[in-house]
Amino acid sequence: MSAGLTFTYGVVRILNLAHGNLYALGAYMGAWLVLGWGSSAWPVLSYLLLFVAAVFIGVTAGPVIERVFLRRVYGKAEEIQILLTFSILLILEDVIKLVWGVSPLFADKPYTYMGLVRLGGVDYAGYPFLLTGIAVVTGLLLWLVVTRTRFGKVLISVITDREVSSALGVNVPRIYTLAFTLGAVFAALGGAFTAPMFSLVPGIGAEVIVVSFAVVAIGGLGSIGGAALGALLVGLARATAVHLFPELDLFAIYLIMALVLLVRPQGLFGQVEARRI
Amino acid sequence: MKTRLMSVIALIAVLSPPAAAQGPAPKGAPKELRVGIVTLLSGPASSTFGIPAKKAADAWVEKINEAGGIGGVKVVPVLTDEAGPGDKVVAEFRRLAADEKVDLVIGYISSANCVAVPAVAEELRLLTVLFDCGTTRVFEEAKYKYVFRTAAHTGIDGIGAARYLLAAKPDVKTIAGLNQDYAWGRDSWEIFSRALRKLKPDVQVVETLWPKLFQGDLSAEISKLLTAKPDVIFHSLWGTDLASVNSQGRVRGLFRQSLVVHNNSAFLFKEFRDLPDGFVVGFRGTHWPEVPDPARNPLQREFVERCTKKFGEPCGSPHGSYHMVQALQGVKTAYEKAIKATGRWPSADDVVRAFEYLEFDSPSGRIAMAVGGGHQAIEDSLYGTVKLDAQRNQNVLTSVRVFPAKCVNPPDGVKTLDWIDQGFRGAQCP
Amino acid sequence: MVIVRALMGLALFLVVPPFLPEWITFLLTLAWAKALAVLGVVLLLRGGLLTFGHALYYAVGAYTAGFAVKFLGVHEGLVVLVLAVVTGATTSALLGLLLARYRGVHFGLLNLAFSMVLYAILLKFYAVTGGTDGLRLPTPLLAGIKPPPQSLRLTIYYVTVVLTALLLYVAHRFTASPLGYTLRAVRDNEVRVEYMGASVRQAIYCSYIVAGVLASVGGVLAGFSVGHIVPEVSFWTQSGEFVFVALLGGTGSVVAPIAGSIVFEFVRNYAFKYSPYTWQMTLGIVLLIIIFFLPGGLWSLTGLARRWGFATRRWTR
Repeated sequence: MSAGLTFTYGVVRILNLAHGNLYALGAYMGAWLVLGWGSSAWPVLSYLLLFVAAVFIGVTAGPVIERVFLRRVYGKAEEIQILLTFSILLILEDVIKLVWGVSPLFADKPYTYMGLVRLGGVDYAGYPFLLTGIAVVTGLLLWLVVTRTRFGKVLISVITDREVSSALGVNVPRIYTLAFTLGAVFAALGGAFTAPMFSLVPGIGAEVIVVSFAVVAIGGLGSIGGAALGALLVGLARATAVHLFPELDLFAIYLIMALVLLVRPQGLFGQVEARRI
Repeated sequence: MKTRLMSVIALIAVLSPPAAAQGPAPKGAPKELRVGIVTLLSGPASSTFGIPAKKAADAWVEKINEAGGIGGVKVVPVLTDEAGPGDKVVAEFRRLAADEKVDLVIGYISSANCVAVPAVAEELRLLTVLFDCGTTRVFEEAKYKYVFRTAAHTGIDGIGAARYLLAAKPDVKTIAGLNQDYAWGRDSWEIFSRALRKLKPDVQVVETLWPKLFQGDLSAEISKLLTAKPDVIFHSLWGTDLASVNSQGRVRGLFRQSLVVHNNSAFLFKEFRDLPDGFVVGFRGTHWPEVPDPARNPLQREFVERCTKKFGEPCGSPHGSYHMVQALQGVKTAYEKAIKATGRWPSADDVVRAFEYLEFDSPSGRIAMAVGGGHQAIEDSLYGTVKLDAQRNQNVLTSVRVFPAKCVNPPDGVKTLDWIDQGFRGAQCP
Repeated sequence: MVIVRALMGLALFLVVPPFLPEWITFLLTLAWAKALAVLGVVLLLRGGLLTFGHALYYAVGAYTAGFAVKFLGVHEGLVVLVLAVVTGATTSALLGLLLARYRGVHFGLLNLAFSMVLYAILLKFYAVTGGTDGLRLPTPLLAGIKPPPQSLRLTIYYVTVVLTALLLYVAHRFTASPLGYTLRAVRDNEVRVEYMGASVRQAIYCSYIVAGVLASVGGVLAGFSVGHIVPEVSFWTQSGEFVFVALLGGTGSVVAPIAGSIVFEFVRNYAFKYSPYTWQMTLGIVLLIIIFFLPGGLWSLTGLARRWGFATRRWTR
């Protein structure tokens, strides 16, 4: 989820507020597919369905948002871009409501298939471990794509200097669309695979975006490794807070975010931006 | 074609004089009674509370109008969304009064809104019936003339839970709390833990956890509870938090380890089948399709039938839907009592006089506006245990206990927490 | 000339309301009060600083009023306002020390983090703040006099409008001061400003404090007109709303926030009325239309902008 957000930001340089809605769309689509076609006879199918849902949302919603809306505001002031994504957020919130209604959608079957893991005398569900595995694998894949493939190289050149890349024959608008779509797929993946742990209600997109903001800000905008580390930090901080200071649960994320930004404004892994001259 | 036929039939049904029509409308009666209905139509709380209340309002207003309306006057609901920040809710209330020209407002699920709106209702002298919110603050902190609440406040949730727990598990030693970090979660825990420790002083609190509202993933909290191993876990979670603690807790054996008590029926009827075995659940009032017994309470029978006919299931969830019908029944009875007393169409003040200390029938049984100077209803507290019926392979509510209203509500003029601390003086329990 | 025009506009807002329905007066009161917070956002935007946490100061003001009434027993509205100016200035002066170093997204996110910390505090200290149920704010006294119930709304309205107009004038003077011009220059090119010998830090720090005080006063006024305050006034959505309204109105003038704020309150209310299920979508579409067709905000409609004294803001870099 956060990987998607930071990835989009890195390439397109737009902080996408509607990212949370893509997450929500992925979650709804995933849960809906699992409820419709998932069967306990063949658990793998459920996971496949979740994956299909995410990819479907990513490759449909991603290009539409990028081509129709974002394309018009590249090069405009940052405020305008952020606001545009805010308006998309508002619209998508209601789209979800219109499509799936307001009754909670709850598909926890995939959660129960994974069984239990016993650690230190306490039972943990297996599913979160699977989730972690998937996150690590996708993170690695993303990293490989960016650093080892031609597409990745082109991407980096676009990030570094749009005009020069364009002069060198790179189809920049296409790269933008691709990158944004990839980011959208990640968001939807995040949503689809966490869906079995929640009951889905309208408004989850907005809930999740603030947290992933914090994650990305901690890790450093535009850095994939940073997003992973940020997520880990936030997760650990929450767990520590719950175990040691239950009263601090609500603060934990924001305190870390404030601390990190105060000490290292560019985030743990972000690069320092040159000042405009 | 078929739909047109249906609408013609519906039109005839509307135009023809109602079968059970009451006498002619009294002198000075308006053409219609405009009732502002404010409930959550969007946001995370809409599905469990707001939309069921809206469905119930649809079904019950239809019933009232078919039977001739209130005092012979047709009821016209004006629906608005309660969601949004506090200033918007107040603005919306004022708009209902001035722009929509409603005669009264029934509404408010969020406790914050129930604290905010009454002052405005007094300023505008607009009859306002709070139908669902829980906070004890409304009438324990202030006095209002035009504001009524036709549902019990959250006091009965916690006191009922403590009484049920001692009946179901008299040897309880350790308890833990898992409540959402906001006002109602804090209130729920405060009332329950104080009541239980008054009734059984040797109970130890081993853990109190405060997850964020709508946090969703409660795995860290569940781990903590699995390590603490309390006899009983009390929680007041709802929405996505309730669903995830049920599913994650079931997988990880939380319900085998501890008795889990939930103080509020914050689930849809259709979600009942997903509740874990052994889960203790409370209702703020007798709001269950089988309690009160439909065979003895015709309103209850009619409510369940109407909803099932209209929506294919009982109206959504126990919590919002029964409370909405209570409000409508209260308003209807108060208006009719006022008409009888004055012999004409009553003013707001007449209705207020009739409403104070009123008793009326509803699908949840007989409701008395017994406390808060006659402005606050008391209700029975219903608790039961979810049990999987292996034969039918579905959940049933067993070990049902109903605590009479006077057993779980403080008398008029006494604050809930004071009442608990004084040892429930004057409680009338069976 | 400019002043005359502004006074004429103000006169309109002073004369008409007694003839309007009560709920419209209420909405106008709310719009004027919130316009102050929006004005704070606009001031910072003029320096190129986008904050996602300005509701922090709005909440500081609102809760200053709440605590003053609840714990200090202060019922005099004017005293509460002075207190709010003090708390608003103190908080922004303290946080400004840290935040004046940051720009761009980091400035926005840090502000967001601090406002969310305040939100969490308001939620946590349940016994003091009433948690999510909030605090009631009874009607204040005005210079020792209790306004009669019939004219209560109008009194609050007039106090709000006059006070806001005064502060708008102050803000207008501020933007026209050397410091205000420095701030605009910061937006265009920070390094050059420093080369010219002006202190970027000082300009940003001062504006930050002014913006904080404006929002704090806005919080008090809005709190008293609603009669109830909840921690949501510090939530990020409230900050988002301020930014929304700031761009809706446009940043071309200190008067634009009023226009934006009034339009926003009415659009939101009617969206609730006509599409209770999809009001967010309505807001989103309105916003889209403004971004694509009115990039200068509503203010660019008037064409008054140039005569007002400074060029209309251009969105392109």
